[in-house]
Amino acid sequence: MGTSSQSRAGGSGDSERAHTKALGATVRPRPSKTRPYQELADEDRGTGGESLANFLGVFSIGLGLAELIAAGPMTKIVGVEDDDRNRAVMRLMGVREIGHGVSILSKQQPATAVWSRVAGDALDLALLGRALANPDNKRGRTLFATANVLAVTALDVMCARLLAKQPETVANADADDDVIRTKRSITVGKPVSEVYAFWHDFENFPRFMRHLESVTVAGPQRSHWKAKAPAGHSVEWDAVTTEDRPNELISWRSVEGSDVYNSGTVRFMAAPGDRGTEVRVELEYKPPLGKLGSKVAMLFREEPGQQVQDDLRHLKQVMEIGEIVISDATKHPGPHPAQPDDEPVTL
Amino acid sequence: MKATCWMGPNKMEVTTVPDPKILNQGDCIVKITSTAICGSDLHLYNAFIPALEPGDVLGHEFMGEVVEVGRNVNRLEVGDRIVVPFPIACGVCRACKNELFSVCENSNPNAWLAEKLMGHSPAGIYGYTHLLGGFAGGQAEYARVPFADVGPLRVPESLSDDQVLFLSDILPTGYMGAEMCNIQKGDTIAVWGCGPVGQFAIASAYMLGAERVIAIDRFPYRLDIARERLGAVTINYEEVDSVPDVLKDLTAGRGPDACIDAVGVEGHSHGLFYVHDRAKQMMRMQSDRPIALREAILSCANGGTVSVIGVYGGLIDKFPMNAVMNRSLTIKTGQCHVHRYMKPLLDRIEKGEIDPTFVITHHLPLDMAARGYEMFNNKEDNCEKVVLKA
Ligand SMILES: NC(=O)c1ccc[n+]([C@@H]2O[C@H](COP(=O)([O-])OP(=O)(O)OC[C@H]3O[C@@H](n4cnc5c(N)ncnc54)[C@H](O)[C@@H]3O)[C@@H](O)[C@H]2O)c1
Ligand SMILES: [Zn+2]
Ligand SMILES: [Zn+2]
Repeated sequence: MGTSSQSRAGGSGDSERAHTKALGATVRPRPSKTRPYQELADEDRGTGGESLANFLGVFSIGLGLAELIAAGPMTKIVGVEDDDRNRAVMRLMGVREIGHGVSILSKQQPATAVWSRVAGDALDLALLGRALANPDNKRGRTLFATANVLAVTALDVMCARLLAKQPETVANADADDDVIRTKRSITVGKPVSEVYAFWHDFENFPRFMRHLESVTVAGPQRSHWKAKAPAGHSVEWDAVTTEDRPNELISWRSVEGSDVYNSGTVRFMAAPGDRGTEVRVELEYKPPLGKLGSKVAMLFREEPGQQVQDDLRHLKQVMEIGEIVISDATKHPGPHPAQPDDEPVTL
Repeated sequence: MKATCWMGPNKMEVTTVPDPKILNQGDCIVKITSTAICGSDLHLYNAFIPALEPGDVLGHEFMGEVVEVGRNVNRLEVGDRIVVPFPIACGVCRACKNELFSVCENSNPNAWLAEKLMGHSPAGIYGYTHLLGGFAGGQAEYARVPFADVGPLRVPESLSDDQVLFLSDILPTGYMGAEMCNIQKGDTIAVWGCGPVGQFAIASAYMLGAERVIAIDRFPYRLDIARERLGAVTINYEEVDSVPDVLKDLTAGRGPDACIDAVGVEGHSHGLFYVHDRAKQMMRMQSDRPIALREAILSCANGGTVSVIGVYGGLIDKFPMNAVMNRSLTIKTGQCHVHRYMKPLLDRIEKGEIDPTFVITHHLPLDMAARGYEMFNNKEDNCEKVVLKA
């Protein structure tokens, strides 16, 4: 190997130079092509605690499955008598564990769900404590399982602490408590001009933002927004367009004195090749004080990034296939079996 | 209508549920004539794939007659006889344009949930985990089929249901498993699992020019089908010390040129590994038992391909990455891009090049679906494939 690379290096000087040139000048993309992405990369810091919560979610589902399916062998591993009562307890722990996993994964507020996991660990520890106290049980095994649960508990507590004290995402790290910031992105398989034009018509928003009831254009730079709030209420505010660069970006914010403070920017960039348009949204909300305000806060505090991501995915569906795809389970707001029914669609 | 519902681990029930309706304007409703139980359904039945809800209608292999179409449906008409591919695909996104239908970017309404577990979301699938959409399945009298202009294949009256039903999944899946092996003249292909998917992988490997196919399983009746019907060399893994050793012998030290895993998450074994895998599965340290996959990797010839069509649902442990890396192996895998293969395979069926009915051992009325699951799961009564007649 050494010889062949030596002979290549020491061989034809011309081809060597051509190669260097290719690497240095021809192959390397123009800085103007990469700079915008380097800037994005420098700013982006991911969603920190959220992904740790996800990991625990997966973990919970894994253990829950084992406890549920193999309650018998599981009791043996844990070191308690493999009788009906212990199996039943084991199954119960399994159900609880899966419940945690799913709620951590799907809950809009991971912090609460993770704390409920900590409570669950305490239940496990209490049960294992009883198993330890019972002289019939094999102590060694129970100790092993206890150590296992303890380790997970420590991880749970750490995660819950992280999520509780931290703003929803690391992207918010510098925000004061009242402001929620988030940013998300998607690639839409249509040319920039089309995606920009669609977004530019604010009245299209309710077609892909499910928390909006309507947006009406009220003047050249002004629009009136109406959003759904819990219990059949709604919230309304006016917004102004603060910047509009065709095929590049649109910024808006709610007008002074609105019940709801929010502002946002959407940027459009041609995706490489024929991949369509890269759409990036940044949003900022200040849930206002007062009764109405707290309702809106409830709406928006639900992991705001997730809602933006859903909206963007719906934008992609509306633009690429003309409507939002629904399944038997997702036509309902909460968990629902994948089974047809006669109820109306709630998105 | 009557539908087969998952009510909990190992609990299926045929109950009456409301009829499906058009939910999106590209949908059609199909009145099902035949539907089958898949090895993937067994992973759900045994709860090895997370995120099911009691009451879920299962089933992703089905065919029948179109009885209603949405406003935007142009290609299909009421009365058409169709087979439905199991991945749901929009036909216009970048993945679909590249014929990667099982990773369609638009068809999974629960994409956000799938993203949390897998990083990105694959396509929606009928009657499967809610991670892949929460679409009611086709082990029922009727089903709703989204993107009706994209997926369903019209089939001629001259062919029976049994001859074309498996175009919905297992025939294309087995074929894709063999196609991913990039079979060259003189190649030996080893196939783990002689379930219906494995059988179609064996048949396809021969169709694509393999010199020899070696099939591995533990059920003599399944090995018999592979040997007698398809001409495979068979190994009963319960009767040998080490499958990789036997394969090495059979190929004079080279190893099979490509290996197909048609087993998936519920790999079974009798060795220490098996006990260890089960224990780890229980101690929340892994969710899947990748026994066949490990063997396939260790057995495969240097520079060869490991084609994974068995389904995996979570994390695995003791993955021999050193073998993959140092021996220049290629791993190819995926839920089958069924749409790609339906028409060419229909042509082969029409020409008599393959008759997929050989895997069917049981016909049952839809009412007896629960019994069908039990039989197929426990491999009772030499069960290879169950077809339900609605
Ligand atoms: N990729 C896809 O699109 C796709 C589509 C359909 C099915 N599948 C998957 O293919 C797999 C097989 O499906 P099927 O319908 O044939 O199921 P099946 O249960 O009938 O067959 C699985 C076979 O594997 C055998 N097996 C278990 N452990 C083994 C081992 N260690 N070595 C060798 N054989 C072993 C079993 O004895 C059984 O015969 C499943 O995982 C299923 O989910 C994937
Ligand atoms: Zn299948
Ligand atoms: Zn698509």
